Amino acid sequence: MIAASELAAGHFPILTAIVVVPAVGALAVALMSKRRPEFVKLTAILVSVFTAALSVWMLASFKSGEADFQFVSKHEWIKTWGISWHLGVDGISLFLVVITGILFPLCIVGVDPQHDEKPYLAWLLLLEAGVMGSFLSLDLFLFFISFEIVLVPMYFLIGGWGHENRVYAATKFFIFTMFGSAFMLVGIIATVFIARGSVGHITFDLVELATKANFASSTARWLFFAFAIAFAVKVPMFPLHTWLPDAHTQAPTAGSVVLAAVMLKLGTYGFLRFGLYLFPSAARHSRAIFLTLAVVGILYGAIAATMQKDLKRLVAYSSVAHLGFIVLGTFAFTSQALTGSVLQMINHAVSTGALFLLVGMIYERRHTREIAKLKGLQKVAPVFAGVFMIVMLSSIGVPGLNGFVGEFLILIGSFVTARWWTVVATSGVILAAVYLLWAYQRVFHGEPDEDNRTFAELRSKEGMVLLPFVVAIVFCGIYPKPLIDRIQPSVKALITHGGYYDPQPVVNKVGEQP
Amino acid sequence: MLDAVWLIPALPLAGFLIILVFGRRLGEPKAGYLATLMTASAFVVGVGVLVKLLSLPEAERHHVRRLFTWLPVGALKVDLSFLVDPLSITMVLFVTGVGSLIHLYAIGYMHGDPKFSKFFIYLNLFVFSMLMLVLGENLLVTFLGWEGVGTCSYFLVSFWQTRGSAAAAGKKAFVTNRVGDFGFMIAMFFCFNYIGSLSYSSINGAAQGKTIAQVSATAIVLMLFVGACGKSAQLPLYLWLPDAMEGPTPVSALIHAATMVTSGVFLMTRISPLIAYATPWASTLIAIIGVATALFAATVAVAQNDIKKVLAYSTVSQLGYMFLAIGSHAYVAAIFHMVTHAFFKALLFLGAGSVIHGMSDEQDMRYMGALRKLMPITAMTFIVGWLAIAGVPPFSGFWSKDEILLNAFDKSPILWALGLVTALLTAYYMTRQVIMVFYGKARWHDHAAEQGAAGDLHPHESPGTMLLPLVVLAGLALVGGVLNLPFNHTTERLARWLEPVVASGERTIAPASADIKWVLAGIATAGALIGIGLAYLVYSRKRITAVEPALLANAWYYDKGVSKFMGGPGRESFDGVVWFDSHVVDGAVNGAGKLVQGVAGVIRKGQSGLVRTYAGLIGIGVVVLLAWFFLRGVIQ
Repeated sequence: MIAASELAAGHFPILTAIVVVPAVGALAVALMSKRRPEFVKLTAILVSVFTAALSVWMLASFKSGEADFQFVSKHEWIKTWGISWHLGVDGISLFLVVITGILFPLCIVGVDPQHDEKPYLAWLLLLEAGVMGSFLSLDLFLFFISFEIVLVPMYFLIGGWGHENRVYAATKFFIFTMFGSAFMLVGIIATVFIARGSVGHITFDLVELATKANFASSTARWLFFAFAIAFAVKVPMFPLHTWLPDAHTQAPTAGSVVLAAVMLKLGTYGFLRFGLYLFPSAARHSRAIFLTLAVVGILYGAIAATMQKDLKRLVAYSSVAHLGFIVLGTFAFTSQALTGSVLQMINHAVSTGALFLLVGMIYERRHTREIAKLKGLQKVAPVFAGVFMIVMLSSIGVPGLNGFVGEFLILIGSFVTARWWTVVATSGVILAAVYLLWAYQRVFHGEPDEDNRTFAELRSKEGMVLLPFVVAIVFCGIYPKPLIDRIQPSVKALITHGGYYDPQPVVNKVGEQP
Repeated sequence: MLDAVWLIPALPLAGFLIILVFGRRLGEPKAGYLATLMTASAFVVGVGVLVKLLSLPEAERHHVRRLFTWLPVGALKVDLSFLVDPLSITMVLFVTGVGSLIHLYAIGYMHGDPKFSKFFIYLNLFVFSMLMLVLGENLLVTFLGWEGVGTCSYFLVSFWQTRGSAAAAGKKAFVTNRVGDFGFMIAMFFCFNYIGSLSYSSINGAAQGKTIAQVSATAIVLMLFVGACGKSAQLPLYLWLPDAMEGPTPVSALIHAATMVTSGVFLMTRISPLIAYATPWASTLIAIIGVATALFAATVAVAQNDIKKVLAYSTVSQLGYMFLAIGSHAYVAAIFHMVTHAFFKALLFLGAGSVIHGMSDEQDMRYMGALRKLMPITAMTFIVGWLAIAGVPPFSGFWSKDEILLNAFDKSPILWALGLVTALLTAYYMTRQVIMVFYGKARWHDHAAEQGAAGDLHPHESPGTMLLPLVVLAGLALVGGVLNLPFNHTTERLARWLEPVVASGERTIAPASADIKWVLAGIATAGALIGIGLAYLVYSRKRITAVEPALLANAWYYDKGVSKFMGGPGRESFDGVVWFDSHVVDGAVNGAGKLVQGVAGVIRKGQSGLVRTYAGLIGIGVVVLLAWFFLRGVIQ
């Protein structure tokens, strides 16, 4: 599969490796003997760490300031249908790949599945392969395959290792997503065949379709709609969100972390890569609907989160709100808002991922997620509470931490093109403080009662798992420039490609500093 | 020297990090001394910058120190940079100066607290944030500090978090401030949209050069004022400040009296050219909110029995004065009052803390009295603070308050009259407090018996680390007025110093008002004396019965009403959303699932596998089809 010339030229097909390594790892784990569990776990850790190393290496060699796809690897696959193994990474997908790479080993090391470790690890690795494939595919067919592969391991992870109501949640998750995918499959096939007229031949190649295909505006709207349904379910956007609280709550900790941190991003990423890129005019046309649903999601998710009695459900609903911000930024079409959206995908992955890890640790200790049963944990576990506090403040969006940077860029960029939506959305930052601080108060403040007095302090292993999250939270909050420098060129190219309005610097002669 | 300005916030930040990592090892009292040292060093650097600034000609007293680019996205470019000018350095000096004294005091006050070092972690982080706020060269750096001080306030108010009320008060402070932050954020969006920059020089430059529409300028001013109302506890967002008294007293002094709550006033002064350019009714609105808050809080303070609550409402009231000044375009007067208020209010809070400390955590003034003999230094210094806040010449408060009243008179005699009534009430409630705490009959014996702790209470004077700050602050509260004496241009030092910053927006007093300024000062002094005399008659000589209606004790039931609304209809509507989510949105999903199941169930019955049934169904089908064709033929 790997062209000889590529190797000869010294180009290691790094993206292919990032997708294939976890898939092969999953297979290897699945075929291993059950009798040597420590060996199975070691293999899984090594595979995921290796993938992480690959993605970090990719990040290090990624050329900042370039808009185009990098490390592109393209090989014909099914020639008659114009399907190819086409992978590439740009500023929009770069950090999603990196965070996926880093997150999986942390999940594998940090969370213990309690039973049947071997299939659990195999599913996790397959999930990683699917997610990586989705983020890196530049071919509609390949993307669809990856997008669907993701479903299967997640279904089994929730159904097999979840909590009391896992089967209902897993089924709901599967049906919802399949419902969306059905639309997308029809959309993909229709796109390819309709585009044949303007492209000249059948192709599933994303870049080729985006640059050459010419759709009638009403056609484009239908096609966009088909894609959008799939992505809206995945994000999830109001009113297609109800699978999320169930799936999050019932999933095992690692499942929730992956679900929140990367799987939801398949939706928001999909909007950018396949919605705005393929059908710019249609996206512009249906902008008002998406902005409105995004803003409704922000407030609705926040209000619902406030009243939750289950800590995990609360975090799940907070995701609905946070993802609403990302969608808002996506459909504002300015470089600030879009860059903010991409940044916020990373930030949400970091802070909500960490929140789910922390809630998982609480569950491990207390075997409950119910807020009312927890009390006074700060007194017995101050370090644990401190880490929770930092993550929570990041989620609230306090400046100096990562959450603020993304949220602020989204809002300031959206204000220019979608003023009133933004004003309403901004009130969501008040609600974020309400639901998180109230939950914190009930869980961590006060005098611990009998059941909570023995709550164990943060263990060193848990600390090691959480440390990268805390470092990322502080770093991205104070110095986001390296990220912005890599994201921005691709975002700008997308804006130019879509012909969207982007605010230009105001020439202000008076009082300007030289 | 000017480029070393980054050291000013960096020092407390370093203190924060060191104590964060080594706090437990340092322990008491070293962690406290380290924190104090860091704040004091920041003060020293601040003095160095001041000296350098003074050596420059007036026009050059404006220096930007850029550290790095924070958010560079497209047209938006925000630097992490500091602005050194007379205003920011004034703020730096009083924040670090008063801050150091309060740090020192806290070493004594927090003695024996199991979380001693943690307290100083937060305190240093607070000072760092506050310095970022005042030194920021653009709105976003200020906002970083703004939210930082809010977060620290949350930590410190709920410092004794095992107490339910402290935890709730911390949350309330944070959330209420967020309501204000909403305004601040919208203001930043407007600035980017219409000015293309968040830097103060661009914003004020746009106002001075009139490159922005007046209506946009007004929107920015009003939105920032919403933010200021949250942070500086103005109506209708003052709610959190009285509750914030749940925090340790040094916190009340530092954050909720001297520094953080004045950031709204600072922000308004920072954008004074924009206010000058905005529609006039915007500043009138600011003045009205200010004087309304001042009067409102003063009436409430009259009926409080908690020693700290009186001071809390008094702070709200004094902040109202500052906004009255802002609204009257009297920025120098606002800053002047901010500084003198920091002196005397920090003094009063620390004095109250000393009393609480000596009274073994008793805060109810009804169980105090006659403490002046047992706590002579606390009493002496508290009395200085009382005279300063009451506006008795020559104490500092007289000069600054008088300056505000003069400007208010020049704007509108009605504002002046309301301000004057507030001044009278201020003198009244502060006299009441001094009498209840330090004079009259000792009432703590009765109380100790009531609590079953007979004779256990031995009020005592506080240790040296606590008394030294009191004495220094008393000195400042006494002579603070020399900063800006209204005799002639030479004695108006603060006005001359701040001139480059506020010049374009500052009010010029009309000659008619200027001529009677000594008359106004006389009236104000008389008002203060009347207030004092009245309180003396009521609380000391008991000639007049005290008027403390429940309406005032409960702060006009405003807070209770809001809480009731939030706990009642507010909560119910939130629950309604949750009900909607599980029954309507998810209900539809599950309903669709059920429907599919049900329909499938019915259809499944047909798949019985019995040939007879199939044959029967086919027969029925044939009949129906034939009937259909036949009927169609008939109709046609």
